[in-house]
Amino acid sequence: MHHFEPTLLGLIVLLPLVGFAINGLTAFLAPERKAIPTVVGPAVLGLAFLIALTNFLRMLGAELHEPYVHSYWSWMPVGNLQIDAALQLDQLSMLMTMIITGVGTLIHVFSVGYMKADAGYARYFAYLNLFVFFMLVLVLGASFPLMFVGWEGVGLCSYLLIGFWFKDRKNADAGKKAFIVNRIGDFGFIVAMMLIFSNLGTLNYVEVFEAAPAAFAYGGGVITAITLFLFLGATGKSAQIPLYVWLPDAMAGPTPVSALIHAATMVTAGVYMIARSSVLFALAPVSQVVVAGVGALTALFAATIGLAQYDIKKVLAYSTVSQLGYMFIGVGVGAFAAGVFHLMTHAFFKALLFLGSGAVIHAMHEAFHHTHKDWDPQDMRNMGGLRKYMPITFATMWIATLAIAGVWPFAGFFSKDEIIWQAAAHAVGPYAGWYKLIWAVALLAAVLTAFYMTRMMVMTFHGENRTGEEERKHLHEVPAVMWVPLAVLAVLSVVGGWVNVPHAVADLPVLGWIPTSEWLHEWLHPITEHADAIMAANLPALAETAPIGGSAAFWAIASFGIAVAVILVASRVVGSRAYRPATEAPEPVGLARLLYNKWYIDEIYDAVVVRPIVGASKALWRFVDQGLIDGTVNGLGHASRALGWVGSRLQTGQLNTYAFAVAIGVLILLGFVAF
Amino acid sequence: MEAFLNSIGYSSWVLHFLLLFPLAGMAAVLLAPAERAKHVAFGASLVEFVVSLPIWSAFNAASGAFQFTMDAPLDWIPAWGIHYYVGIDGISVLLLLLTTLMTPIALLGSFRYIQAREKTFYAMMLLLETGVVGVFVALDVFLFFMFWELMLVPMYFIIGIWGGERRIYAAIKFFLYTAVGSLLMLVGILYLVFKLQAQTGELSFLYSDLLNVSLTFREQVWLFAAFALAFLIKVPVFPFHTWLPDAHVEAPTPGSVILAAVLLKMGAYGFLRFLLPLFPQAATHPTIVTVLLVLGLIGVLYAAWVAAVQPDAKKLIAYTSVAHMGFVVLGIFAMTVQGVQGGMIIMLSHGASTGAMFLLLGMLYERRHTRQIADFGGLAAVMPVFAAVFVLTALASIGLPGTSGFVGEFLALLGTFQTHPWIATFAAAGVIFAAYYMLPMVQKIVFNALDKKENAELPDLSRREMAVLAPLVALMIWIGVYPKPFLERMEVTVVELLQDVDQRRLVNPPPLGELIGSRSVDGLSDR
Amino acid sequence: MLTNSLVLAAILFSIGVLGVVVRRNAIILFLCIELMLNAVNLAFVALSRAVGIEGQVFVFFVMAVAAAEAAVGLAIVISIFRHSETVDLKNFNLLRW
Repeated sequence: MHHFEPTLLGLIVLLPLVGFAINGLTAFLAPERKAIPTVVGPAVLGLAFLIALTNFLRMLGAELHEPYVHSYWSWMPVGNLQIDAALQLDQLSMLMTMIITGVGTLIHVFSVGYMKADAGYARYFAYLNLFVFFMLVLVLGASFPLMFVGWEGVGLCSYLLIGFWFKDRKNADAGKKAFIVNRIGDFGFIVAMMLIFSNLGTLNYVEVFEAAPAAFAYGGGVITAITLFLFLGATGKSAQIPLYVWLPDAMAGPTPVSALIHAATMVTAGVYMIARSSVLFALAPVSQVVVAGVGALTALFAATIGLAQYDIKKVLAYSTVSQLGYMFIGVGVGAFAAGVFHLMTHAFFKALLFLGSGAVIHAMHEAFHHTHKDWDPQDMRNMGGLRKYMPITFATMWIATLAIAGVWPFAGFFSKDEIIWQAAAHAVGPYAGWYKLIWAVALLAAVLTAFYMTRMMVMTFHGENRTGEEERKHLHEVPAVMWVPLAVLAVLSVVGGWVNVPHAVADLPVLGWIPTSEWLHEWLHPITEHADAIMAANLPALAETAPIGGSAAFWAIASFGIAVAVILVASRVVGSRAYRPATEAPEPVGLARLLYNKWYIDEIYDAVVVRPIVGASKALWRFVDQGLIDGTVNGLGHASRALGWVGSRLQTGQLNTYAFAVAIGVLILLGFVAF
Repeated sequence: MEAFLNSIGYSSWVLHFLLLFPLAGMAAVLLAPAERAKHVAFGASLVEFVVSLPIWSAFNAASGAFQFTMDAPLDWIPAWGIHYYVGIDGISVLLLLLTTLMTPIALLGSFRYIQAREKTFYAMMLLLETGVVGVFVALDVFLFFMFWELMLVPMYFIIGIWGGERRIYAAIKFFLYTAVGSLLMLVGILYLVFKLQAQTGELSFLYSDLLNVSLTFREQVWLFAAFALAFLIKVPVFPFHTWLPDAHVEAPTPGSVILAAVLLKMGAYGFLRFLLPLFPQAATHPTIVTVLLVLGLIGVLYAAWVAAVQPDAKKLIAYTSVAHMGFVVLGIFAMTVQGVQGGMIIMLSHGASTGAMFLLLGMLYERRHTRQIADFGGLAAVMPVFAAVFVLTALASIGLPGTSGFVGEFLALLGTFQTHPWIATFAAAGVIFAAYYMLPMVQKIVFNALDKKENAELPDLSRREMAVLAPLVALMIWIGVYPKPFLERMEVTVVELLQDVDQRRLVNPPPLGELIGSRSVDGLSDR
Repeated sequence: MLTNSLVLAAILFSIGVLGVVVRRNAIILFLCIELMLNAVNLAFVALSRAVGIEGQVFVFFVMAVAAAEAAVGLAIVISIFRHSETVDLKNFNLLRW
């Protein structure tokens, strides 16, 4: 065990920026030279991943209790505010960096195949590299303002990439919506930073987390406000109620973007932020309930919408929102490592699902393109039976589906099961009732997850093909550059969960085949121990059984059983339904219609928030700016003109009048002199 | 470098040079043939900028005192105690450099836009530069006032002659608005000077002498009001802002650029140079501070909302100026070091980003002769470089981290929060509404479908246009990534100013209501 | 004696003022102005006996100015008449608002 000094830490961040510069210049100077971005785009990510991997391996062999912080330059030194452009490497940021560069590399490689025909190829890779740069700043920055730099930077790239095909107004609108909704969250982030600074006089992680337990009373008003504002920021970036509405629209971007930004990395930034601020959240029990409660509500709510969507990417989008809800349950109840664990496994299987859907869309698009059919290549009603044509995609996507549904031994089983169990275990203390409810909701949402994912798989890959006679001939598996990343992610979606197998599961027969490992918990221990200590000191011991009885082992088996049962039922139910292509399909009715239209939340927001603001803006302009203020100003002008007009009437042009006035004036003056 | 500057006595003559050289350039423009006028003017402003550059390094950031001054003030009109005396400190140095930077950029940006009466136009621009430089360097209040008024004249003509359709209305509105404010300021200045004469027997307009006038609290409040009105109109702060949208819309591109980048800063400069140090009791009075902060806050939110529904792109940007300057007012009257420095950074950032925005819109206007947002769409397809710069500038304007706008707004908000948390919290909502006004415009101009056939053949930026924009883009990113050189140059001055104000504030300020009617508070006097 | 002279001057002056105020003919107006000037001259001369010789000096100034004024004024009147065939001032109000 030796002192840890990271290797080329700055280069990890710098490489994607260099990639952005090269690809950006290519986009302007020689957009037709696709070889440059093909090499540079994935290469900078691959190199960054290798450096990160080196550091990770070295970190495994070292003992790092204090985070490693390196300052590059002084960024905002003003009075007692001292913010450096500094990177902080610790177990949490290391893990995030591994996920971002690792999954990022795979998605960059996939993009080479997916985007190869696009005219904006270089521009695409420039944006993607820039995104990774900002994402790394987000997780590696050593202070809240630096996290905010990454936070808004990834928002920018998301905006640019959602609106990548900006010629279609719908896409540009979606990008704009994402940015503005995210800014509502950013407002919360800024207010939280202001609160932290005015109370602690610093915004650097190390100092904030050191000072916070002494400075804030447990459950005090200020710390509750800080954490709630931080969480407002998280709801924006991580698409939670009430700010989730941008994420489904964000699917307007290229599908690999949805995989990288809107599934694996950016949208999990809110979870990272709360895990990073675990000390602050542990001090604010009310905020913890709010975080977990909003997470549970989102998990359930988004899952219901996912049940009735026909666009394959929309299903995955609502699934992402729902899974993010799980992560918030995890970090909300205080099981920060569990939340991060699900973040990691979700990055694997959701990236895989999105890339798989990208492969499907790619194949469908090519098929329709050949016959000039204007059908929607993303509508699952136009698919069906694709397993014959795309076996690799089919197999890998089923692995991911089993993982997200929580089937042992796939990754999602371990991470989701742990979150659900932790919600039950934390149902102690003053808010125990709420946590019990959250636990029940999480279970229910897990059922729905298994259902809508199975529905998606069955509609896409099973049954009769509905693409059309001519088109069917052109359906085929994607090239290796696209399926190899799928295969790698499929492996990770299986083994990714094995880094954290609880005793309760490992002690069981059959399931105990995978040995117990608390590796991730131990790895993150230096990060979470302070929060754990705070909660241990202020809350009763964790519960041993679930609210309605049953141990951890029992519920592990139960959730496994439920997942398998739901998948079987769903495949029977959905498989027995006769779907017809979208153009011939009937409109959904009843509850399905309500769910298909997403509970009309967008319409409600439009009526309650957007229209009033636009209306008020117009009213302010017309009535206050032009009416009141300019009215007053111009009124003053007109008044003085009117006065002048009255005076000018004396100017008759008749000499006699003037002479008369002079004579009168002289007489008056004489009168004054005389008397 | 330092040795060379010393050997030519740089610090002893540079400010006089900067003040007078544009006048020489103006004479040269008038003498030159009409078709060379623009080149002469641009050359002159470039020389001015190059000569001003060494100030960046020669300025001693460790000192809060006035630098580059003469040994002693030069008598100008001795009978009236009026002097010629110039100097800069941490508050004015960056604004001075911003001025000398923006003038050549604005001139280069007007080569194609200005087609009529070129000689007069370029002469006016150089006269304007002298006026603005004079405002920032004058250390005699009369001299300051003279330059303050002097700059009105060329601006009036620039809007009135080379402006758009409603140029006469806009020019007169601009002139009258500003003149009303400055008249009250003049009354205030005269009151101060005669007060000084009554107290010391000496008649002097020197800034340093006027700092020593002892005023009762009641006098401070009234004088504060007189000065503040002039500056509030200039900034402009809601509800004195309506001259700005009209002036911006009608002014030619270079006029808009200078107006936004430099002229608006004169108001905020006035706050720091005059209001705080001359009338510390009034400037720290809780009611007055609250009123000003609320006005700034209204500016931030109200202007953002109004901006969002403007059909005219230039008018939209004009309203965003009001929003940005609202942040400046917040930062300054928060009276914290972060707040004031944040406000200063916003001024520089706004100069770069809004200046660039007006240049970009001017370039569009030169191509399409319209400013209506609805007339564009999909320009990214035909003008990729333009689109990139446009998006970057818009993002800097709405304070995206990594650009200058963020550093300024973040510091200003952080500073405001320490003294007025609620106001800062509401102002922070400005980040939402900044996106609300800016992104739809960006989308409607550079994104969406290229569906107007007039736009299908638009040429991308020329080399000259790129050269105009490049320094501004560089400045936006520089301040965003490494603002320390800017911050450290103003820090000492700002800290000393705030300490000075803090020492001279009233510990138990009386309610303002008592000032009306009763004279009981007249006994309160600061020095 | 002095009083009588001053009263006469005042009466002449008043007649002149009245003429300027009520008459419209430019020539008559001129005559009235001359009348006023000469009323003043009369007053000067009358007062010079009591006060000093300066009054008589002023009379010469007034006469010189009156002569110049008459020359310019009549020239204007003539050119006006040439232009519009009338010297009725009712028709000349170019300086009206």
